[in-house]
Amino acid sequence: MSTGIGARVKRKEDKRFITGKGKYTDDIRGDNQAYAAFVRSPHAHARVKGIDIAAAAAMDGVIAVLDGKQLTGDGIGNIICGWAVSSKDGSPMNMGAWSALATDRVRYVGDAVAVVIAESPAEARLAAEAVEVDYEILPANAHADRALSKSAPQLHDNAPGNLIYDWEIGDGAATDKALAGAAHVTEMALTNNRLSPNAMEPRSAVAIYDASDEHYTLYTTSQNPHVARLVLSAFYQVAPENKLRVIAPDVGGGFGSKIFIYPEEITCLWASMKTNRSVKWTADRSEAFITDAHGRDHHTTAKMGFDKDGRIVGLKVDTIANLGAYMSLFSSSVPTYLYATLLSGQYNIANIHCNVRAVYTNTVPIDAYRGAGRPEACFVVERMMETAAREMGRDPAELRRLNFVQAFPHQTPVIMAYDAGDFDANLDQAMAAADVAGFAARRKEAASRGKLRGLGYSSYIEACGIAPSAAVGSLGAGVGLWESAEVRVNPVGTIEVLTGSHSHGQGHETTFAQIVAERFGIGLDAVSIVHGDTDKVQFGMGTYGSRSGAVGMSAIVKAMDKVEAKVRKIAAHVLEASEADIVIEGGQVKVAGTDKAMGWHEVGLTAYMAHNLPPDMEPGLKESAFYDPANFTFPAGTYICEVEVDPDTGETEIVQFTASDDFGTIINPMIVEGQVHGGIAQGIGQAMLEQVVYSDDGQLLTGSYMDYAMPRASDLPFFSVHNAATVCPNNPLGIKGCGEAGAIGSPPAVINAITDAIGNNNLAMPATPQAVWNAIQAAK
Amino acid sequence: MYPLKYHKAASVDDAVAILTKGDSAKLLAGGQTLLATMKQHLAAPGDLVDIRAIAGMSGIKAEGDTLVIGAATTHAEVAGNSDVAKLCPMLASLAAGIGDPAVRHAGTIGGSIANNDPAADYPAGLLAVAATIVTSKRKIPADEFFDGLFTTALEEDEVITSIRVTRPKRAAYAKFRQPASLFALVGVCVADGAGGVRVAVTGAGDDGVFRHDGLEAALAAKWSADAVKGVKVASDGLLSDIHGSAEYRANLIRVMAGRAVAAS
Amino acid sequence: MTKVTMIVNGKAVSREVPDETLLSDFLREKLRLTGTHVGCDTSQCGACVVHVNGRAVKSCSTLAVALEGAEVTTIEGLSNGELHPMQTAFNEHHGLQCGFCTPGMIMTSVDMVARYKSEGRKLTAEAIRTELEGNICRCTGYHNIVRAVEDAAGKM
Repeated sequence: MSTGIGARVKRKEDKRFITGKGKYTDDIRGDNQAYAAFVRSPHAHARVKGIDIAAAAAMDGVIAVLDGKQLTGDGIGNIICGWAVSSKDGSPMNMGAWSALATDRVRYVGDAVAVVIAESPAEARLAAEAVEVDYEILPANAHADRALSKSAPQLHDNAPGNLIYDWEIGDGAATDKALAGAAHVTEMALTNNRLSPNAMEPRSAVAIYDASDEHYTLYTTSQNPHVARLVLSAFYQVAPENKLRVIAPDVGGGFGSKIFIYPEEITCLWASMKTNRSVKWTADRSEAFITDAHGRDHHTTAKMGFDKDGRIVGLKVDTIANLGAYMSLFSSSVPTYLYATLLSGQYNIANIHCNVRAVYTNTVPIDAYRGAGRPEACFVVERMMETAAREMGRDPAELRRLNFVQAFPHQTPVIMAYDAGDFDANLDQAMAAADVAGFAARRKEAASRGKLRGLGYSSYIEACGIAPSAAVGSLGAGVGLWESAEVRVNPVGTIEVLTGSHSHGQGHETTFAQIVAERFGIGLDAVSIVHGDTDKVQFGMGTYGSRSGAVGMSAIVKAMDKVEAKVRKIAAHVLEASEADIVIEGGQVKVAGTDKAMGWHEVGLTAYMAHNLPPDMEPGLKESAFYDPANFTFPAGTYICEVEVDPDTGETEIVQFTASDDFGTIINPMIVEGQVHGGIAQGIGQAMLEQVVYSDDGQLLTGSYMDYAMPRASDLPFFSVHNAATVCPNNPLGIKGCGEAGAIGSPPAVINAITDAIGNNNLAMPATPQAVWNAIQAAK
Repeated sequence: MYPLKYHKAASVDDAVAILTKGDSAKLLAGGQTLLATMKQHLAAPGDLVDIRAIAGMSGIKAEGDTLVIGAATTHAEVAGNSDVAKLCPMLASLAAGIGDPAVRHAGTIGGSIANNDPAADYPAGLLAVAATIVTSKRKIPADEFFDGLFTTALEEDEVITSIRVTRPKRAAYAKFRQPASLFALVGVCVADGAGGVRVAVTGAGDDGVFRHDGLEAALAAKWSADAVKGVKVASDGLLSDIHGSAEYRANLIRVMAGRAVAAS
Repeated sequence: MTKVTMIVNGKAVSREVPDETLLSDFLREKLRLTGTHVGCDTSQCGACVVHVNGRAVKSCSTLAVALEGAEVTTIEGLSNGELHPMQTAFNEHHGLQCGFCTPGMIMTSVDMVARYKSEGRKLTAEAIRTELEGNICRCTGYHNIVRAVEDAAGKM
């Protein structure tokens, strides 16, 4: 059976997980292990007038009680947002100061003010409860739409009116003109609900300080250990990079929430030095709800204009984006460059304008969560398309088709240049698989059972493979977004690949090995993938934005190109042939058209023995590469959701969910389908179940699984997942990326289906039974 | 978890003695609610008295037309018991719908009713069939036992030992679940049994489980799903929270009552 | 502190532990059996599910000291050398991604199939989904987990 590109290879990494031998951060115990518990603000907004640690410090097992003044006094820097987004008037974004431990003011429920280090987690937690913080409670606001009002409390002195930036993209005047001349204008107010990422493994950190070497090791739940080390060193001044090793071992899901460097990791590293102990912190789920960066929370009004034939003439969008109490690492980019640049959808739209105001509120910071900006854009565009079709009496699929981009490359008015795609093919495939033709009969049959059946589309596009460094640099990114890889051929011919990508569920240990094994004609077991350790891997930007295939694998290909070049030289020398005649296949390095050959392992041995190498060739067989993509990639597809609603209760069942995706080249269809399943489940979760709710004064009302509804097996159907691909012309393997599509494409399909069923287009996410029932009553 | 002392009671008297002497002592049965509460530091009993090893505390037997269910009997045992299936299948299906399989393997009927969570299932089921709660001191009719949110008629030193349910002519329970917790957003038990025709509602009342007069009158007049359709269920006195407004809960009471009757 | 003795994965173990120690902590911290995971604090996610006296329970909602003499099986003890059919099925059907919920999923699924078999009930896909209500997975959308359980049920 083939194990190469396109093969459904079973995952190599599974064995340790199914036998309980995975090693997650909380499974690691340092020498001399101590435990941290944080003292957190119960108030959404308050001045810290004093901290009395006396009682806590005297408790059993307590090693130290440390606060923000000590932390900042030791020179630990403020937490930063690494992407500079300027307002339309040219002024820089208003980034408020965020100390890992608050010194004078707390701004959300959960903001940490002190940490207790103790001999056991229980002792640390008891002592943390005994730390007495004197708070002067201040007025608080949790809601984005109120943040800009004059009466809203001010969070940061340098952000008047709680405004972080007032940003725009596109030509406002031209768009207004286009809309003014439109035959039909659809106008909607749309909210993208606030979510908690909820990777099943709670965040954790084990910090180990070695005083003799002044060296730190941090085991942590990270999607990007090198970025963590860079930021911890360069900005938070925890330790220089050569004195800080960051290891992200097995990580139990990320979905964006483990990109960022949080107060807890910083504090554990610093506390390890202060106490000369290994310091471990592991969140419990309640703590995760008040510390893991939340996602989305957009409040948008939009107008889409059409000519008399149904062609879109303009799209105008105005969005208020809630970024919470502080600016998290990539927060600024999510409602701007990852959002508004996708507002053209799959469509030819000559005029687009989007204005975004990002605001502070007394809530957990908001940052990238699976899809990051693109689900928000897709929701706006695809809800508008479906609604417009209904208003104009047009078929929603045909309205989309009429407006699809047909020729590539296609430059949108909002930065992105789509490189390849066949949107008709995906729509056709999805419609056939979903049996759209038979829907009317199914609807009728459902009605005979008293159920309301509806069907909704979503034709999504996303920008992935994030991203060309120069391009994102020109847009304000504080880092380059290339990836690196190192391919080490051992003397016996086995191969280790060291990659800067990080696998936390994506199956890199299998898919990355597939491309290497195929390239050199060796067995999958002869290839090992090493990742997640800054002492082993040269550098890497990590895994997010569906980039590990398009960018991470491309770096491996580049390194393999170099290995192959050297192998050819060695073989040509040993076999006394021309380099051009060397072929690598079936575990052999051969001279084409002859019976002269060496085994793959012999090449490795030759390289390391160095007894018979070409003149001037260095011994060894190990190459590294950095790959910087030429463009984003543009996965796209059409999703069709079919629902049945119980009009008595508003309960909605997804009876069929069909996906047709274009991910470019697929290395392992089994894994790609798994990514789509998981993404769709999260999208359905957003559409029907999940919502972070704050009271007006900033108390979190959904602080556990008792109130935050996670999608369960019984909430979901089997998914009908299909693939109609065009090859991405901008990377060596033709990969587009698949990690986020499901979460991006599915929410509008679900809401379009439910609104179709109930005959009321006014329905916000999540469409809980109550919300659907209310919408049914309102339509009566 | 705060530090505590664990006691395995050998007898009911033993349990009562520790309850009386202990440091804000609490009884432990399945622990499926209590331990979660303690983990979140919302409860801090200094002593925990495990009653599961007490002879006769768990198990189900039929005495003629009456089921006697030991207080420490798990939900899984109630759901799978043949006497329950014969005498009161409503109770078996109610128990089979509590929590999830692992919770049902540990959680107990006594623990559930002693806690009297306003969204728990058993209070509605037991109130509807006019069950009797037998304790270390007395027999308490379900009508007197359930006394508001997380409140019961139990005294500090009183231990539930069993629950007695007399075979109803017909009964059924229909639940609409709160999507996060899977507790009842609204659960309605309809029964025609020892207490006459009763409709008990959980999940919806702002003071815990309650009986609905209007629905009872309609069903007493005619036991049919259609009979409840015309009943007006007022939203006064109903809970309103992020999962359901009082109006929505009122609607669900009527709908679930109809479904329960249809299933009875 | 109380000394508790139980049979874990076929071996008798004794440890002196504080009375408030949860079984999940006992397994993870005292026995270093870290395959049992803790993903929530409201006993809903199911990452901590183990078998106690042959039945699936949530080890995060069970006191260790209450299990004197009990037989406990964790993911590490599910198979002896050869993989259990449920473990094999999770691999074959790609029923796991990050692996964090997997031990609990597998332990719940083994219990589920065994119960249905002993009761002579048919385990449909719909029943599997209902039975998995106490186990939350954020990665897979459950599609391949349900397929894996269906497959393993035929092989157990």
